[in-house]
Amino acid sequence: MGLSFSSLFSSLAWWSKDKDVRILMLGLDSAGKTTILYRLQIGEVVSTIPTIGFNVETVEYKNIKFQVWDLGGQSSIRPYWRCYFPNTSAIIYVIDSSDHDRIDTSRSELLTMLSEEELAGAPLLVFCNKQDVEGALKPEEISEKLGLAGGEKGREWSVRGSCATKGEGLEEGLDWLVNAIQKK
Amino acid sequence: MSLASKKDEESGLSTYYNNKTTVIQEARVFNDSPISPRKCRALLTRIVYLLYVGETFTTQEATTLFFGTTKLFQHKDSALRQMVYLAIKELATTAEDVIMVTSSIMKDMQPNSEVIYRPNAIRALCRIIDPSMAQGVERFFKAAIVDKNTSISSAALVSAYHLFPAAKDVVKRWVNEAQEAVNAKGSGSFFGSNTGGNSYLGWGSSSSSTTSGYQAIPSTSYITQYHALGLLYLIRQQDRMAVTKMIQQLGGGKTGSGTVLKSPLALCMLIRYAAKVMEEDPNVQRQMLDLIEGWLRHKSDMVNLEAARVICELKNVSPAQLQKPIAVLQLFLSSPKSSLRFAATRTLANLALLHPTAVATCNLELEQLISDANRSVATYAITTLLKTGNEASVDRLIKQITGFMSEISDEFRVIIVDAIRSLCLKFPAKHASMLSFLSGVLRDEGGYDFKRAVVEAMFDMIKFIGDCKEQALSHLCEFIEDCEFTKLSVRILHLLGVEGPKSPQPTKYIRYIYNRVVLENATVRAAAVSSLAKFGLNSLDDKLSKSIKVLLNRCLDDVDDEVRDRAAMYLKVYQEPPLADIYVKEESVFSLSALESKLVSYLSDPEAVAESFDVSSIPKISRAQAAKEASRPSTLETLGAPSTSKAATPPPPTAAETQSAYASQLAEVPEFETYGTVLNSSTKPAQLTESETEYQVSVVKHIFREHVVFQFNVSNTIPDTVLEQVSVVMQPQGETGLTEDFLVPIPQLSSANSPGIMYYSFTRDTPEEYPIGSFSCVLKFVSKEVDPSTGEPEAEGYEDEYSLEDTELSAADYIMPTYVTFASEWDRLRGGVNVTETFSLPAMDSLKAACDSIIEILNMQPLGGSEDPQSPTVHTLQLSGLVAGGGGKVLVRSRMTYAKGQGVALELAIRAEKQESANLVVAAIM
Repeated sequence: MGLSFSSLFSSLAWWSKDKDVRILMLGLDSAGKTTILYRLQIGEVVSTIPTIGFNVETVEYKNIKFQVWDLGGQSSIRPYWRCYFPNTSAIIYVIDSSDHDRIDTSRSELLTMLSEEELAGAPLLVFCNKQDVEGALKPEEISEKLGLAGGEKGREWSVRGSCATKGEGLEEGLDWLVNAIQKK
Repeated sequence: MSLASKKDEESGLSTYYNNKTTVIQEARVFNDSPISPRKCRALLTRIVYLLYVGETFTTQEATTLFFGTTKLFQHKDSALRQMVYLAIKELATTAEDVIMVTSSIMKDMQPNSEVIYRPNAIRALCRIIDPSMAQGVERFFKAAIVDKNTSISSAALVSAYHLFPAAKDVVKRWVNEAQEAVNAKGSGSFFGSNTGGNSYLGWGSSSSSTTSGYQAIPSTSYITQYHALGLLYLIRQQDRMAVTKMIQQLGGGKTGSGTVLKSPLALCMLIRYAAKVMEEDPNVQRQMLDLIEGWLRHKSDMVNLEAARVICELKNVSPAQLQKPIAVLQLFLSSPKSSLRFAATRTLANLALLHPTAVATCNLELEQLISDANRSVATYAITTLLKTGNEASVDRLIKQITGFMSEISDEFRVIIVDAIRSLCLKFPAKHASMLSFLSGVLRDEGGYDFKRAVVEAMFDMIKFIGDCKEQALSHLCEFIEDCEFTKLSVRILHLLGVEGPKSPQPTKYIRYIYNRVVLENATVRAAAVSSLAKFGLNSLDDKLSKSIKVLLNRCLDDVDDEVRDRAAMYLKVYQEPPLADIYVKEESVFSLSALESKLVSYLSDPEAVAESFDVSSIPKISRAQAAKEASRPSTLETLGAPSTSKAATPPPPTAAETQSAYASQLAEVPEFETYGTVLNSSTKPAQLTESETEYQVSVVKHIFREHVVFQFNVSNTIPDTVLEQVSVVMQPQGETGLTEDFLVPIPQLSSANSPGIMYYSFTRDTPEEYPIGSFSCVLKFVSKEVDPSTGEPEAEGYEDEYSLEDTELSAADYIMPTYVTFASEWDRLRGGVNVTETFSLPAMDSLKAACDSIIEILNMQPLGGSEDPQSPTVHTLQLSGLVAGGGGKVLVRSRMTYAKGQGVALELAIRAEKQESANLVVAAIM
């Protein structure tokens, strides 16, 4: 009994009680980052306005405290993302799957960010949000477009579908993220 | 004591602990994970402390700290969050990209959040948001202003107040909420404090306030009312009717008892607004005065004082109106609280300047305050007594002041010296005791401002009280023996040079002055040399003159070249006495601003350096004019064409200042590069249209060596049209001696970029002559409508013309007024060009009208007050001018007679250095 406890303890030792896991949530404007944040935190869909600046909330998931930084996605704010890069444990990148026109912009923003040294090695979770919208691209298609396969070797990554308003796909995504962080 | 210990702290350990570099380095703690609220709060406190004591951060440092601070939003600790807001408010002014915290602040100011830092968030918001976002937060603000928690309400009101200048239209819509906040029956608040209840200056009387029995104000401060009133006034201040109505509503009737305002601070503000309304609108004066008099009986000292002060400061206040406020102030004079005594004596001291007799009723109380333990109160009491007292009490008061001059700060000593200075002029008979007092304090230790006040008081005495001149000069001589202020020494030496030679015994000053040459720094030595020379050259005593020549010869060995130069120059003047008239006795000086602009253009033009600077082209002004100009604040008026209504017109620029501004405008046009410098420009634009027309045009003429350039300032006042290819076509009428070169049109002119400037250039056929003539002008342009939806002008336009008034090129465009001593200059030009012509001007109906029009036509300087005829029938007008482009001086003596029915007959005698200049003047009058 004592032994199993201690082994469990050692596997969780990297997040001792007072150490938060710092997660950045990025993406273009109106991708659904703020909605995802509050869906995760209070389990509700709140009405949001475009984020000028950032929101930061502590999200508790399976007894682990995530400190999620949701940074505004408007082009005027994107330059300031880098101010919040240090000490990041993982990245969540949110894409509006129904916004066919800007998928390329989204891709280039993502790649620019991934090349930052301060984020090297941090696991990346891509949410292809708004899957409920008709005509939305499937996660596989987006994954193809992003071209992470084969290109991204330095980190764990995963591209998943989600629907923030219904809460679909979010928990699965977080499960993957927890695993990825532990492996690191 | 506490002040002293604080100072010790600043100079000791804490300068290391609290220095900018340390703080910036330690800002690492903001990035720690997890963050420590205690450490971060301590560091933020140190940042804010540094900012409060005046340390400045560069934009980059502030931005780094700012972004570090934003990371603390992850922690919910409310004490930390409050500190974060304080730091953000302070850093927001220097840091860049502060909008990054908008979202976080908005979250904290949500109406449903019960957090203690909600007011902090509201106060920080106005520092960081873009005015365009004000509309987005309107709902929050409206709710927050009427929040029942007074600190939230206050925060929203103050924030709105700061937002107002940037987002007027939005904030104006919150007027109903602000009104509601004023009227709110203070429901008590957790944040309320008990200050401001009954002490005007809280720091002065904190110990006695609890025992004074003025606890009628409940435990809240009602500070929200003060903030709400401030916002209401800000919104309504342009509308005097609305302000008057607001004051009447909130004033609460004649006795003031019906007012909803419970905050004494708010009442004080209301009193100030009432005073302002009274000043602007005499019709409501009676009403407002009644209201203010009602407040003299308010239960709060602060309100009483403010009301009394406002009445005392009223313009044209009558002695009867002063009775009540003075009675109130008189009571305060014997108050146990020094803050009240201070405020009352200060008000009375100011009032005593204008109404000494009214203040004299308080003399008994003021006498007692002379020995007040608080020296500031004593100072004001004494200065008041000096103003109200009679001649007999002056000696006694001066004796008392001497007793404690050494105990008070320089600031108050200056006040006392100023009081003595005005007293001297009031009681010249007492000058002896006052002079000895001044000379006494001159020997005391003291800073520059204090010493300057004393020296200036003595200068005044020398100027206005002849009897004490000798005595005062010798005191000043003693003072410069041991004066540490170069500026004062120089001024005194200059005065000695002016006044000394006129005194019965000029020799006694020489020793003092020559001592300066031996002992002082170079600046003082140079001033002393000039002063000595004035003695030598102005004195009638040959022996003195010779000795000074010896002294000046010794100065030729000085180590400083300025001192040597001055000595050499004055020795030269000794050899050639006529020079003395120009360099020592001359009453005119160069117009400094004109000299400066000419020198600047001389230095900026590489070709001009080949020749030496031509100083004769600078207009001169008399010493009296120079003194007047020095006291006038130098502001350049915008050089726009038809000026639209301006709220506050700055003092009009002198001709010279306008010219230097034109010169820099012209320098920006590449076509004029080869023209050289501008010789002269018309002093003010001449309007070629009526002031209310669709297109407004004015003209300014610039004279170059070989060219004449007309500058047209064109304004388009129609908002939805754009004018393209705007030009003025000029048609000379008759022979002018000018050949057209080219014109520089305005490519596009809308109402937004008006006025635009277009130039029309002519070549002077013979540069030695001064062509004059008249031109008819037509404004030509292509008019295009602006599409209101896109804001772009339409592709197709139509050509149009607009006829303007004729423009004249006249003698006034070539001549600059300049000051000379007429009689001697007239004699000197005897050998120059002499022209005499007679004219008759039947249309003139008085000599004054004739003088005015001649001065205007010729643009010359009238001398010796000759522009105002003393006799209605015979007059001689003397004028002097400088003709641009090397035309030299021209003098005009115009004898005129006036007879009713025949108008003015004129004999114009002109003496000039050149024939062309004389011709120009004659042609102008014809």
